[in-house]
Amino acid sequence: MILSNTENIPGKTIQEFYGVVTGSTVRAKHIGRDIMAGFKNIVGGELKGYTELLNEARQEAVERMEAQAKSVGANAVVNVRFTTSSVAQGAAELFAYGTAVKVE
Amino acid sequence: MDASPSMLVQLLMPLALLIGAYFIGNAIEKKHYRELRVREHASRRFITVTFPYEPRDEEIVGSTLVTGSVVISVDYFKRFLAGLRMLFGGRIKSYEPLLDRARREAIMRMKEDARAGGYHAVSNMRLETARIASSSGNNKGTAAVEILAFGTGLKLRRRAPATP
Repeated sequence: MILSNTENIPGKTIQEFYGVVTGSTVRAKHIGRDIMAGFKNIVGGELKGYTELLNEARQEAVERMEAQAKSVGANAVVNVRFTTSSVAQGAAELFAYGTAVKVE
Repeated sequence: MDASPSMLVQLLMPLALLIGAYFIGNAIEKKHYRELRVREHASRRFITVTFPYEPRDEEIVGSTLVTGSVVISVDYFKRFLAGLRMLFGGRIKSYEPLLDRARREAIMRMKEDARAGGYHAVSNMRLETARIASSSGNNKGTAAVEILAFGTGLKLRRRAPATP
């Protein structure tokens, strides 16, 4: 599965469009990570626990999007976009979407 | 009169926290900026553009999505300064380095991701910012933001010279 955030797959031509595919996941924060983050909030700097958590979650959203693209017979997703929204205190939704296509 | 020591502690605690946060926060920020400058200098030749890149002398032999992200928070002292500023409005100077650092760090990570995968350029780079709410639910305004940088990594190969 080739992913791209441009309108086509660079160096290849699109043969068929399959429409929009999406993948999302809602994650809550681990209590231990949150305590560490609370401490980090005093001195500032990177909250590594959150960075990892959101990266894992985003990876999962992308995998779900890929699975959906595969199920409709596509071999690539173009114009991939991401959004993050905090749906509740301590939980965030990671969302990935794009257009499923077939390239040669 | 026995209440006065505890009152003193109550007064001194936030003050100590402010001073501690000021020094440690500043040290962390300075260190981060130093590291960023070194890494940015090392990767200055790596092509990163915000439009679909079309190389002239090379052909594209592979592509993939590359990402880099960071969650970063501001220190207690800067949050205090920002709180003061919010009374009068205007430019919150203490928050600007936070977002600057986070963005540069995210872009660097994206470049490193691309380079680690053997890609030579990043095309159509985009940046996203999201606020991360704290789960403790206090209304102190946890200033943690996530910055995501993503783009399409390109593998380039020099075109074979056209045979006459």
